[in-house]
Amino acid sequence: MNKVKSLDDLRKMRESVRASLDLREKSDHPDQMVQVKVSMATCGIATGAKEIMNYFIEALNRKKVDALVTQTGCMGYCYAEPTVEITLPGKDPLVFGYVTKAKVDELIDKYIKEGILLDDILPITYTVVKPE
Amino acid sequence: MCCGTGCRASQSEQIIANLQEILLQKELQEEVQVVRTGCFGFCEKGPVIKIVPDNTFYTEVKPEDAELIVQEHLIKGRKVDRLLYLNPETQEHEPDSKHITFYKKQYRIALRNCGFINPENIDEYIARDGYLALGKAITEMTPEGVIQEITASGLRGRGGGGFPTGVKWNFTCKVEATQKYVVCNADEGDPGAFMDRSILEGDPHSVLEAMAINGYCTGASKGLIYIRAEYPLAIERLKIAIAQAEEYGLLGEHILGTDFSFDIELRYGAGAFVCGEETALIHSMEGLRGEATLKPPFPSERGYNGFPTNVNNVETYANIPVILLKGADWFQQIGTEKSKGTKVFALAGKVNNVGLIEVPMGTTLREVIFGIGGGIKDGKRFKAVQTGGPSGGCLTDKHLDRPIDYDNLIQAGSMMGSGGMIVMDEDDCMVAMAKFYLDFTVEESCGKCSPCRIGNKRLYEILDRITKGRGTLDDLDNLRNLGSVIKDTALCGLGQTSPNPVLSTLDNFMEEYEAHIIDHKCPAGQCKALLSYVIDPYKCTGCTLCARNCPANAITGERKIPHVIDTKLCIKCGVCMEKCRFGAITVQ
Repeated sequence: MNKVKSLDDLRKMRESVRASLDLREKSDHPDQMVQVKVSMATCGIATGAKEIMNYFIEALNRKKVDALVTQTGCMGYCYAEPTVEITLPGKDPLVFGYVTKAKVDELIDKYIKEGILLDDILPITYTVVKPE
Repeated sequence: MCCGTGCRASQSEQIIANLQEILLQKELQEEVQVVRTGCFGFCEKGPVIKIVPDNTFYTEVKPEDAELIVQEHLIKGRKVDRLLYLNPETQEHEPDSKHITFYKKQYRIALRNCGFINPENIDEYIARDGYLALGKAITEMTPEGVIQEITASGLRGRGGGGFPTGVKWNFTCKVEATQKYVVCNADEGDPGAFMDRSILEGDPHSVLEAMAINGYCTGASKGLIYIRAEYPLAIERLKIAIAQAEEYGLLGEHILGTDFSFDIELRYGAGAFVCGEETALIHSMEGLRGEATLKPPFPSERGYNGFPTNVNNVETYANIPVILLKGADWFQQIGTEKSKGTKVFALAGKVNNVGLIEVPMGTTLREVIFGIGGGIKDGKRFKAVQTGGPSGGCLTDKHLDRPIDYDNLIQAGSMMGSGGMIVMDEDDCMVAMAKFYLDFTVEESCGKCSPCRIGNKRLYEILDRITKGRGTLDDLDNLRNLGSVIKDTALCGLGQTSPNPVLSTLDNFMEEYEAHIIDHKCPAGQCKALLSYVIDPYKCTGCTLCARNCPANAITGERKIPHVIDTKLCIKCGVCMEKCRFGAITVQ
């Protein structure tokens, strides 16, 4: 990786990483670009988020579903950990709480494959600052 | 359909059953799905239903409204006006949830990236304008200009004290020295607080970026993060973040082609509460005992290794990049007159939605606890909330509608602290609570000054006496006098605030202290020494189960004849009550 040499460089870089992240989020290939984020702060890990993340990856492979699984920080819903955010292409992200291994299977079979909603969706109750 | 505890208590399951039945009747079960969701943080208007994709938000729905919603909204496409959320300001029904103000109850500035980005990937931070504020500062602004912007924003220290951040930066900037340091105070130690940990685990780059900005302003080339070794995940993510920023040239020599160089190292603390106090923190980093020293000299004049040092808290830093990008005027508009911006709180205790929240300053405790927090667990009665951890005080019913800001909380006998918020219900004994915090302070006092070392110990002993039913009315005066003397004479922030839990419970819950002392009763039923277990002879069947399980052999009685507990032998372990199958044993 080359160093970022100037502010312009940084701005260009922002555009390019944004574009590649956008591609990930808004791709036209629905079966390829499902995004799964697992909340992996101490609170999540303490309630088993690591096992859930591993199981998610394993189950996706087993069920032959292509999806990108990443970790993220605390979403704030400590009462409902482990929490998982799933973004289907072209749809708003949805956060599911109280995720168990059985729930992971259900999420893949019903929500990711068929778009059927499941219980324990956590409503977004905040707005986030947009810096620029 | 919201199935948070609040809505569930007002029949949300019945509404779901009705909706499903009507959908089945109309053969719409394939078209319309009924889904249970977590709490919308809107319990006072519950039960609530959100219909997607048109984002209609219905409030105060009753089971019998189910038919109307299906018939009118789902079949005919006409929203049911009567059930739409009524905007309290305009008195109009809001057809679209996007306009509903409660979404604005929580506004995330410091937590903007937490739960959105992968904290171990710098690209995701950059995509969300990361390091742009640093770039802007070092290429387009003077150090004075940046400090002016931060001062104008009105940002105050989020670690507890609430000192204006810009003013602090200016102090360090003004001092001439060959070397200066920027320190991040990540020694979060209040019981029940986890704001800083969450920010470091979820968005470590925001803190690194702000420290570099601070370095540019104050003329420091070295940053140190003092973090407790008990936060291994935060440490690991910080290490990854520092390595990535160095690789990109966003930390290190000649950042973005300028003359500004800055690097950051970690320093580990062993988890002493007093090391959150800045002078003790600096001594600990120097390898000395974590003891506070008298100010002045302030760290901005003589800090780490004798050099000028600027110490700020994690959350304070997390605000900086956004302020520089959006401007002081924008930040000024959020919050109250003297407390600008937002505050992150770790909501814990007897509240339904335990979690991490960020609200604009000026939000009321009621909105936080009964709105976002979803109310008190198991429908119990709210008793008090402790803000500011062991340094703060408890706030009660009468403070619920008071806007939260630095000055209001101090006036109410508590303090903002770093943002721990512990909610207590009717089952919590306030004397025992004060004793718990004093136990913590006695343990954590560094012992350097006598008011804190000896005074707090005496406070603890008096409280201990009271909870055991051996207190006298004189003890109440002693608590108050001793508490105010400790506050006035202790060396550092720890001792100056440690009597707060005692003083504020004395102010707000005098009757509970008196009940312990005069009646030898603990109204909340928490102080073991004041409880007595009694067997109801009408309910007892003489099954002998309790007697066989009693570890102190305090229960006697013949088979099939009501048993008796000898209160002199009873150790109040509660085993008998647990074991009794007939509910014959009660606590009095």
